[in-house]
Amino acid sequence: MGNYFTFPDLLIWLPILAGGFCFFSKKDKEAKRTAIVFSIIILGVSVATLFFTDSVKHLNLNYVNYIWLKYLGATYYIGIDSTGRMLTLLTAIGFPIVLIATSNTTFKKPANFYGLLMLTQAGLMGVFLAMDALTFYFFWELALIPVYFLSSQWGGEKRIQATFKFFVYTFAGSLLMLIGIIYVYMHTGARSFEDGTIANHSFALNSFYNAQLSAVEQNWLFILFFIAFAIKMPIFPFHTWQPDAYDQSPTAVTMILSGIMVKMGLFGVIRWLIPMFPAASIHYRNVIMLLSIIGIVYASCIAMMQDNIKRLIAYSSIAHIGLMCAAIFAMNQISIQGVMLQMFNHGINIIGMWVVVEIIERQTGIKKISQLSGLATTAPTLTIFFIIIALANIALPLTNAFTGEFLMFSGIYNYNTWFAAIAGIGIILSAVYTLNMIQKVFYGSVNAATAEVKDISWNEKIVLLLIVGIIFFIGVYPQPLIDLTSGEINDLLLRIK
Amino acid sequence: MNTIICTAFFGVVMMFFGVFVKSKKSPKYAAIIGLSAIILLNISELITGNSFFQIDIHEMLHFDNFNLLFITIALSCTLIYFLLSGSEIEKVGNHVGEYFALIFFVLCGISIAATFNTLLMLFIGIEIISIPLYILTASDKRNLKSNEAALKYFLMGAFSTGIMLMGIAFIYGGNPAASFHIDKIQLGIGKMPVMIAIGLLFLMVSMSFKVSAAPFHFWTPDVYDGAPTVFTSFMSTIVKAAGFFAFIRLFEHAFGVIQDQWQHLIIFITVATLLIGNVTAVFQQSVKRMLAYSSIAQAGFMLLALFALNGKAKEGILLYSAAYSLATIGMFGILTKMEDFTIDGFNGLAKEKPLLAFATTVFLLSLTGVPLTAGFQSKFFMLMAAVENGQHIWLVIVAVLFAAVSAYYYFKIIQSMYFKEAKTSGIVKLDALSKPFNIMLMVIVVIILIIGIYPEILIGWMYH
Repeated sequence: MGNYFTFPDLLIWLPILAGGFCFFSKKDKEAKRTAIVFSIIILGVSVATLFFTDSVKHLNLNYVNYIWLKYLGATYYIGIDSTGRMLTLLTAIGFPIVLIATSNTTFKKPANFYGLLMLTQAGLMGVFLAMDALTFYFFWELALIPVYFLSSQWGGEKRIQATFKFFVYTFAGSLLMLIGIIYVYMHTGARSFEDGTIANHSFALNSFYNAQLSAVEQNWLFILFFIAFAIKMPIFPFHTWQPDAYDQSPTAVTMILSGIMVKMGLFGVIRWLIPMFPAASIHYRNVIMLLSIIGIVYASCIAMMQDNIKRLIAYSSIAHIGLMCAAIFAMNQISIQGVMLQMFNHGINIIGMWVVVEIIERQTGIKKISQLSGLATTAPTLTIFFIIIALANIALPLTNAFTGEFLMFSGIYNYNTWFAAIAGIGIILSAVYTLNMIQKVFYGSVNAATAEVKDISWNEKIVLLLIVGIIFFIGVYPQPLIDLTSGEINDLLLRIK
Repeated sequence: MNTIICTAFFGVVMMFFGVFVKSKKSPKYAAIIGLSAIILLNISELITGNSFFQIDIHEMLHFDNFNLLFITIALSCTLIYFLLSGSEIEKVGNHVGEYFALIFFVLCGISIAATFNTLLMLFIGIEIISIPLYILTASDKRNLKSNEAALKYFLMGAFSTGIMLMGIAFIYGGNPAASFHIDKIQLGIGKMPVMIAIGLLFLMVSMSFKVSAAPFHFWTPDVYDGAPTVFTSFMSTIVKAAGFFAFIRLFEHAFGVIQDQWQHLIIFITVATLLIGNVTAVFQQSVKRMLAYSSIAQAGFMLLALFALNGKAKEGILLYSAAYSLATIGMFGILTKMEDFTIDGFNGLAKEKPLLAFATTVFLLSLTGVPLTAGFQSKFFMLMAAVENGQHIWLVIVAVLFAAVSAYYYFKIIQSMYFKEAKTSGIVKLDALSKPFNIMLMVIVVIILIIGIYPEILIGWMYH
């Protein structure tokens, strides 16, 4: 079976194929339908990958290596390991949810919209699957280009500036990473190919792990890579593009950005940064944890003052990501396990939040919290769903985020009590601004803006039910996800020691 | 050798063509057919290593895979340029045959400048390139700007030629071997002799002038802006790449061993070029002028090859020549079809001519250096060359930060095309979009993408 198709190939080529179909679809509805059908097929493939995890028996299904630039020692090497499995699953779940939830919104030029959206999915899949530094860089950039066009074309009033800021930030970051990649590449060993060609260096992941680098080199290379990842996550003080971009992008794109794309940064740190530069990671861990924790408190404080519901969620996302970044650099079994879990959970929860916000914004045209009131009376089902998702977002027990945050906190606590204590403020503050928002938007008396709001339609119900289902399932029984990634965490920790 | 003789001969043919054939269309077709034949001859020389002409050149020229490949790239880009913009050349004036003849002479000069082995051949090559260009710049005879540009170009060009000649004289005088041969310049041990140092400096200045590197770039924006747009397209791409090729060949062979003594000068020129080119381009309102400054900025990146001077740099300069030339030729080709040369003139193009807008986007992404395009591969190879050099990593970081700046002005055009509404209808000239033009644009797009995905298709020829 592995000779004919492999999972990584399918996960990358199906979205590209779907994108192509969308671009050339003549009728407006056709593009949407194609995208939804394909994204569900991709979800099926992604779920199937969970059953072929055996690393020896299914090697041919999970890894594939095509010769690309032979003289440079670069191959198109993609493979699906456990972290990749989890994040591609998140991507595969995220897209149908986004597509179905926003299917009531009409976009002008839907062919281009859905085409670009599917290309974004291909880029994201590629990032999570790349096992070769050059392949990784290619996909890293390719995920960005369609998003640039999506946000600039279909976004809000100030979309052009906001998106461009986002683009330039990430582009500059990834160019710095490119230098880092080249420098590490120059210090890798030779590799030979089957036909006898010998390349002096290699871009393969393993060669990068084993590159000969002195401590000084590691330290400055670490910074080059970290800036690229920190911009993507984003970590304080590289976060300034994010609230604008989330606010101005069309909500479908914001869901992708905040739910999946930010995981690229975290994934980069786990897959590339720490294993490549273990010594430097330990050298800088306090600085980075400090930055992350400043980010948590700072973003939470701003979120409390926000009147714009989209910006509120954007800032709350900065806080959550900051916590994950801090937990990665606590670098112990528990904290990284928490991060793995939380990467998935955060993606699901925040997409759920955006789905609700999108429904409200589409029906009322209002983003201001102060102008909304009494939605619980006019849209009771929506309210119930939103409250569950919001409670998951503040990590209440029984919801998915609880396990993740609990693990992360105990990990950080093991490393440094003070960091854990200050980061804990973030949790309290997140309860404050989230509940405050719920109170103002959903309760109180109905006003002119919210009187006409209809309750949710069937497709939104399906999506929200799915999200809430995942929230409770992982909240009660997180073990499958923990089992999925625990092996890789051990490898990672071994490399640090 | 095939190319030098054939281009010179065909140039003469084209000159008389105008006299005997009255049709205005036919010179273009003749030129395209002639150039295709020359490309085939050149490729046959690249593959077999033998020329049809056995002439004793006393080692004054040297042909190897590397420079023959470069000539192939230059010729092929010119062919694409003829196919894309040939009909625009016909519109410049009445002497169509002569314009093509002059371009053939330039190609002859390029072939000499890419293969020279002695300083005198370098001089001759550069002059054969320059003199037809002065005429082409002035070819829009009734346009005052074109005249001014030509005069400026000529005066500055003559001045730099003088400096180059003086540099050659100094080197000859300071060379105990009394030879013009670039591999036989004795540089002495330790610090280089004063005469050689002066000669080197003069050569560096004059070559920097030819490739419009800062601080010798002042002529560039005015000349590029003043010259007829079709010829700007040729000057700023193929000719410029040839200048770089000669620059690198000269310094690699003649002064490669003492690179550490002049490397800091190149670093200074590189940083200055990147800074001035990029920062000034940001403020331009006219796309044509913006492209002129961006060509300076791109020159800064190409200078990294001179800084690195290793195998990767050679591959890099080949890729860069192809990638930069193709994208810029495409951009200028589109520009000639626009009613309004300002950035606002591109507003709403995506709605009116989606194909044109798509091609423009690919060209701009390639110039920015986004993966999947040839521009990325060329920048990538340049960066690899510079990092492999080992020293001065900060220079590489400066270079990529300026690449991020360049995204700013390239994306401004993308923004106008896709995200802004046109104020008036008729963004594009009415007669503009013939079918062949569209097909050619798509061909360029496809070539850019192919090189972007698999650059070995191009540089693999070096190792045949």
